[in-house]
Amino acid sequence: MPVTIAISIDDACASLDAHPGALVLAGGTDLMVEVNRGVRRIDHVVAVDRIPELRGWSIEGDHDPVHGQVLRLGAGTTCADLAEPALASLVPALAQAARTVGSPQIRNAATLGGNLATASPAGDTLPVLAALDAEVELRSTDGTRRLPLDEFVTGVKANALNPGELITAIRVRVLDGPQEFLKVGTRNAMVIAVTSLALVVDRPGRTVRVALGSVAPVPLRATEAEVLMAERLDFEGLTTPEPELVNRFSELVADAARPIDDHRSSAAYRTHAVGVLARRAILRAFSGPVPEPA
Amino acid sequence: MTVVETGAETDDGTSVGPRIGENAPRPDGVPKVTGDFAFSSDLHHDRMLWGATLRSPHAAARIGGIDTSPALAMNGVHAVLTHADVPGSPTYGLEHRDQPVLAGDVVRYEGEPVAVVAADHPDTARRALAAIHVDWQPTEPLVDPALAETADPIHPDGNVIRRIHLRHGDQAAAQRDDLVSVEGTYEVGMQDQAFLGPESGMAVPDEDGGVDLYVATQWLHVDRDQVAACLDLPHEKVRLTLAGVGGAFGAREDLSLHVHLCLLALRTGRPVKMSYGREESFHGHVHRHPARMWYRHHATTDGDLVRVEAHLLLDGGAYASSSGAVIANATCFAAGPYMVPSVEIEGVVVRTDNPPCGAMRGFGAVQTCFAHEAQMDRLAAALDMDPVALRLRNALEPGDRLATGQVITGTLPVAEVIRACADHPSAAVGSDEPMARPGGAGRTADAEHVVRGEAVAVGFKNLMFSEGFDDSSAARCVLHHGVATITCACAEVGQGFVTLARQIAGEVLGVNEIVLAPVETTSIGSAGSTSASRQTWMSGGAVQLACETVRRELLAGLATTHGLPIDDLVLVDGRVRSLSGDLDLSLAELTAEPVEADVVHRHAPTSTLDADGQGDAHVSFAVSAHRAIVDVDPDLGLVKVVELTTSQDVGRVLHPLQALGQLEGGAAQGVGLAVMEEVQVANGRIRNASFTDYLIPTALDMPPLEVAALIEQPEPGAPFGAKGIGEPPSISSTAAVAAAVRDATGLDLPRVPVRPSDICLVANPESGEAA
Repeated sequence: MPVTIAISIDDACASLDAHPGALVLAGGTDLMVEVNRGVRRIDHVVAVDRIPELRGWSIEGDHDPVHGQVLRLGAGTTCADLAEPALASLVPALAQAARTVGSPQIRNAATLGGNLATASPAGDTLPVLAALDAEVELRSTDGTRRLPLDEFVTGVKANALNPGELITAIRVRVLDGPQEFLKVGTRNAMVIAVTSLALVVDRPGRTVRVALGSVAPVPLRATEAEVLMAERLDFEGLTTPEPELVNRFSELVADAARPIDDHRSSAAYRTHAVGVLARRAILRAFSGPVPEPA
Repeated sequence: MTVVETGAETDDGTSVGPRIGENAPRPDGVPKVTGDFAFSSDLHHDRMLWGATLRSPHAAARIGGIDTSPALAMNGVHAVLTHADVPGSPTYGLEHRDQPVLAGDVVRYEGEPVAVVAADHPDTARRALAAIHVDWQPTEPLVDPALAETADPIHPDGNVIRRIHLRHGDQAAAQRDDLVSVEGTYEVGMQDQAFLGPESGMAVPDEDGGVDLYVATQWLHVDRDQVAACLDLPHEKVRLTLAGVGGAFGAREDLSLHVHLCLLALRTGRPVKMSYGREESFHGHVHRHPARMWYRHHATTDGDLVRVEAHLLLDGGAYASSSGAVIANATCFAAGPYMVPSVEIEGVVVRTDNPPCGAMRGFGAVQTCFAHEAQMDRLAAALDMDPVALRLRNALEPGDRLATGQVITGTLPVAEVIRACADHPSAAVGSDEPMARPGGAGRTADAEHVVRGEAVAVGFKNLMFSEGFDDSSAARCVLHHGVATITCACAEVGQGFVTLARQIAGEVLGVNEIVLAPVETTSIGSAGSTSASRQTWMSGGAVQLACETVRRELLAGLATTHGLPIDDLVLVDGRVRSLSGDLDLSLAELTAEPVEADVVHRHAPTSTLDADGQGDAHVSFAVSAHRAIVDVDPDLGLVKVVELTTSQDVGRVLHPLQALGQLEGGAAQGVGLAVMEEVQVANGRIRNASFTDYLIPTALDMPPLEVAALIEQPEPGAPFGAKGIGEPPSISSTAAVAAAVRDATGLDLPRVPVRPSDICLVANPESGEAA
């Protein structure tokens, strides 16, 4: 089986162009499982793990006080990289999601681009990227295009990659506000998500954005819950919301879930759990002191 | 614990060999850690072909026909074999020959082997499997064990594999109105042994028409007998050698790829290797029996047990394997290590189209321990009694009768292990570390979401084979030039016999150089199975007997020659010395001509169980207790085992570190069964045949094990007084963890593994009955 070891993005794109159907290998933590199970046959591999341009991250453009800065994450950024303090301080929920992936060995190899390419409903970084309104940068010999995350992930393990295209980067806004990621699994580590929830707060934008994992074919935004909270929360003081509001938020998040029964859990548990996660996430993010009674 | 490194130079420069009671280094320890150890999957031969197995995609189906010709026509395919190619017995089995080598006209479980191929590359072999055409005619599988007895037989041997109706004492003992009774129905899911090294082996054909099989197994000779019968070859033409074993836990007691490899090697005239992948491995070995168990306990208001009634239903799956012995254990130990004057237990193991079940660590006692300990807690609640006090009040002791009528003549420190465990100070504290809470790395719980629970459980089982089985182990000791060579067919599956055999030889012979001969079937008789907590006693005893025989022969000659009483002679560090100091001879020189002994070691005979399940069926018993402290997040149903404390009846510790390893590993398997490990079977199909979805505990799930006490009461008849210690840790640990989760939540939780939804989606938390 031929393997192209690409040393630049152009190099990789040229190989993908020349070998239609070639598989991209980054960390291999998803791909090799499928290969070893015999469910995926490989005719040609383009290895992208030695392309320096795919690693690392940068802040793009000038500071925008309303929308925040844009963080560009190379697709080869590993889960271990995401958990490094400098990067974790910019996108804490993404760091927390990355920390829940597999074991240290897996986190050293697994990449953000790979998590996107696999597009599993249980992909741990996907709810965070959905909540952050991430943009996926794709490159081919024809050029570069950008897709919003919800257009990129199209179904269970399905994405909008065209033949010959490589995921090169992910763009997210650096937000001013708390971020949470919570993940339920039936083991305390190294477990596929039964359900997960990402919650990010944009204080200047006065929004709370919530996305759910493992409760639908694709990461879901809990839009009604977001609308409710945008109207009702104290974005300056991050004051703890009233119990009724938290309950309503939790219900709306649970209502947004569209889970299935499978061998990892029942739909009923997933719906229940995502509601609990919503309650806990909002209370962690909005934990400010209750104001003095008027 | 004092650690004495042996096999190394001591301060005064003398070499000290392995001795009993020390942490002798494992000969296979470093290679296993560095990756140099050759496991069975590392077997290689320059001319070898790769074997692969076609398995049934259906839980139940008739086979209209099998067309192998498209596969045979493929380049690189050397053989495609079906049931028609099995020259000898078409079936095999540990207790009954009821399992086809390759299915003929019917399959009875998903994954049942139907055809095997040999090809020059594993991918070719896999493609050849896809090219075999099987005319499948699926039928409705029998998957509910409760329906098996009344359903049409799915096998000529019928659907009831074994029924035992045990009756002990006055059957009318509970017909009084002054007793407190508690009743419950309990379930245990199907656990997998989850060994790390999947099934693999290599068969090499011999010019004499025989075959050499290198395979990872627990019992070479019984494999050899079954393989030879299927190949229609005499025993001496089927030679088995132990290949590196990556864990066993009961899953390697049955044949898997053994006959297939030999058939392919004999057909092609080439060495053939086969290695299961992880998914195939889940279909390729037996699992722990799922159980449904109804119990009723009756006690006086003071807390004296009067009568225990139970009905046990175990799902044996499609073939018998060791189900008959498993249900015997489940039935015999169903009441737990308690003095119960009146007992009635009906134990039934049935055949279904579910995956076959057989041996796994704990062997029937795990399931019933979970149930009887839940009942004891329920009884304590009904009596308003401390659950530990209730257990102590009823604890069995030597001289008491078991439910089988057998009097305990050896040691059985039930009260001692309970007390040691329950009284051990707990070091468990609340943690500020979010990862240490239920949910772990997912960081789902804050401190205020967590409740804590604590419970103690105790369990016991038999050591070694029971019910009149003629159990033995053979060993040879050759002392030559001062070097002891030990030959024994005991399968090293990770338990540490390779260390122990050296320690025993070193202890008896005072030698420092000890060689273990390769483990195979031609040079020595059977050692029996590495299971049933029996090898330390049986093969350790055989090695001890062989070495003592050599020692006696050597010293008897010297005593005569030198006119000394034999008891005045000692063997120390490769020297023979007299106590008076007059004699000091080199063992190496004395054994210029080899001194050797061949022995067969047997334990005391046992009897069968009679029609009422009564009889002196067991050799010896061992008891253990666990105390679990757990944190639970009731809203999400997630559990973190915070602390696990154990005490165990061990007879005598021969190797402290290996003993600890057994206690830790067994407890981890017990924790797994309590909160996560289950082979999920839906309509006969396994849904989670991978380590992605069959979850076993990680370091975040298994707390450090606190050993409160190893109770050392030497067992009469056991080598150095040592009991087998491998199984008890997996028996009481599950029950303790489940009980601690009950304590934390107030829920009944009658089933393990406890699933998150069992905790947070229950409608009716207080359904426990107490009459």
